[in-house]
Amino acid sequence: MLGNSALVEIKNLRTYFHLPEGTVRAVDGVDLTIRRGRTLGIVGESGCGKSVTALSLLRLVPSPGRIEGGEILFYRTVEEASASSALTDVIDLARLEPNGREMRSIRGNQISMVFQEPMSALIPVRTVGSQITEVITLHQKVSEAEAREIAADMLARVRLPKPRQALDDYPFQLSGGMRQRAVIAMALCCRPKLLIADEPTTALDVTTEAQILDLMRELQKEFGMAIMYITHNLGVIAEMAETVAVMYLGKVVELTDVKTLFMSPLHPYTRALLRSIPQLTDAVARGTKKPRLQTIEGMVPDPYSVLPGCTFHPRCPERLPDLCDRVEPGVSEVAPGHSVKCHLYSSP
Amino acid sequence: MPEPTHQDEPLLEVKDLVKHFPIRRGFLKRVVGYVRAVDGVSFHVMEGETLGLVGESGCGKTTAGRSILRAIPPTSGEVWFRDPVLGPVDVTKLDREQLRQVWRNMRVIFQDPYASLSPRMTLLDIVGAPLRAMGLATGKELEDRVAEMLQLVGLRPEYMRRYPHAFSGGQRQRIGLARALAPNPKFVICDEPVSALDVSVQAQILNLLEDLQEKMGLTYLFVAHDLSVVAHISDRVAVMYVGKIVEMAPTAELFLSPRHPYTEALMSAIPRPDPRPREKRILLKGEVANPANPPSGCYFHPRCAYVQDICAKEEPPLEEISPGHWVKCHLARELRLTGAVQL
Repeated sequence: MLGNSALVEIKNLRTYFHLPEGTVRAVDGVDLTIRRGRTLGIVGESGCGKSVTALSLLRLVPSPGRIEGGEILFYRTVEEASASSALTDVIDLARLEPNGREMRSIRGNQISMVFQEPMSALIPVRTVGSQITEVITLHQKVSEAEAREIAADMLARVRLPKPRQALDDYPFQLSGGMRQRAVIAMALCCRPKLLIADEPTTALDVTTEAQILDLMRELQKEFGMAIMYITHNLGVIAEMAETVAVMYLGKVVELTDVKTLFMSPLHPYTRALLRSIPQLTDAVARGTKKPRLQTIEGMVPDPYSVLPGCTFHPRCPERLPDLCDRVEPGVSEVAPGHSVKCHLYSSP
Repeated sequence: MPEPTHQDEPLLEVKDLVKHFPIRRGFLKRVVGYVRAVDGVSFHVMEGETLGLVGESGCGKTTAGRSILRAIPPTSGEVWFRDPVLGPVDVTKLDREQLRQVWRNMRVIFQDPYASLSPRMTLLDIVGAPLRAMGLATGKELEDRVAEMLQLVGLRPEYMRRYPHAFSGGQRQRIGLARALAPNPKFVICDEPVSALDVSVQAQILNLLEDLQEKMGLTYLFVAHDLSVVAHISDRVAVMYVGKIVEMAPTAELFLSPRHPYTEALMSAIPRPDPRPREKRILLKGEVANPANPPSGCYFHPRCAYVQDICAKEEPPLEEISPGHWVKCHLARELRLTGAVQL
């Protein structure tokens, strides 16, 4: 029940950047649902709009980007002191003032984010402790000393060795993996309902990445938060996500559970993407002749162009003549929870 | 054009290569210690072969590549390269003129396709630069050669007068490749050439590297941290940890039956595009050792799951435990380790 109810519903979200060169439709009609306590993975190549989707949700889209339309419904729980029950109210984040009081009370508190680069997410001239306590005192009615206690406890939970000492360390004194742990601690110190993780392990080594992924899964269990996990790495998606949205040029082209995505992907883009990763089994099992990797022909079109029909049609090996290049496909639900935006699967 | 090959002789042989960076402190900049970035590395690369060099950041793989080229002077060691003109030479001992000759045949492509191309030079200038510097071509001849190179890497020769900003990451990597291959080299060090690229573009560049290797008879030293990419492209793989090679073996053997605990942990950590649960996963404790202050004995022992008393006391030798399979571990013959792939 509660574990399966929607926390955030994104409906027909469109975020555009109006540049002198033209309009970039970074997010162009995205529908997504993030459920309480669950992990939604968003995968796609650079420029597909996955990060802008996350930034729209937090209302941090940099100028000249703007949310042009759509809704971001956040089902917020309001704890009532008198009754033991929790009430839910709905708020449309897309309509809030980006820097207004209401948005600021949500951002960093109920919805928080972990970015890719742990060095640039921390201020280099302030101690880790002061940066974490700032978040806590901003959102909770606690004293400086209590905030420090919470921060130390949080650093211990992210398994930072010597958490108390780390409070007084400057970011440069921590390694990349340690820094990312500190950033995660900062994101979690207000017990968010939703954690947005935008490529949090991309800058890390594989062994550190494995540690961080493991930590995030543990903390999710402990705190019961939902995670929106953004990455370009299909391997990481397989490990982290329960539901996966594949994005291409600002649109979700396939949405399904993680098993189905890897076992029976439907959209030609998803299939091509999966075929283009080098597989260890192929590399090891090969005989004398190396198997070639399959590639997607051409490249992502320039962001200013507006393509008629399906945006993937110029690169699609299975495009239908006279249809894909003219008519934009609708979203068809081929099985419960599995939807594809492709003419090959639309019912006639 | 592929020249007659000497399949049974190595094209490059690195012997006990060392690169230490001094740490200076204080007003007088006294040397208080050394970062042992590369600490006694030996390997060879056969003609036409691809040797993969993997390891985590800070393990010295990039420094090893640069010291081999003598882009930075190695502290000690020998780098024997079979130059088609000079014959077998120790790159570390060459004078300036000989080095220029060797650099025609030893080339490099870099990781960051944005930082490695000058934004103020056209493709003609960029790809033509090595030809001009080495006095290999000028004028019309230079232009023809650049056009030919661009075509070879899958770019249109008409783009010659454009600047790099007009190109995507994948295309820029092709430009870098055209520049590296312009003097028709024998040996190319590929330093993380695909790690900044998207998967679909990565696949295009890997295929291109393989095609060009076949066409031009190239030999690669492929430095990368992505094990799946390295497994795909390499004939043999060397694993580095804190400045030393800890294991080296033919690709299939390394991935099927690693013999060093670090290799096993590294393979276990690879995120796999397969949502089915795996049997076990080794999570390494702690962090990579500090190359300025490495632990005693085997550098990996503080993180090793199989550690014995001897590991903290003695440094194990790099031993050939089966033909072509080298391991630097006291317990290499006893341990049964899990590979990245089970057949």
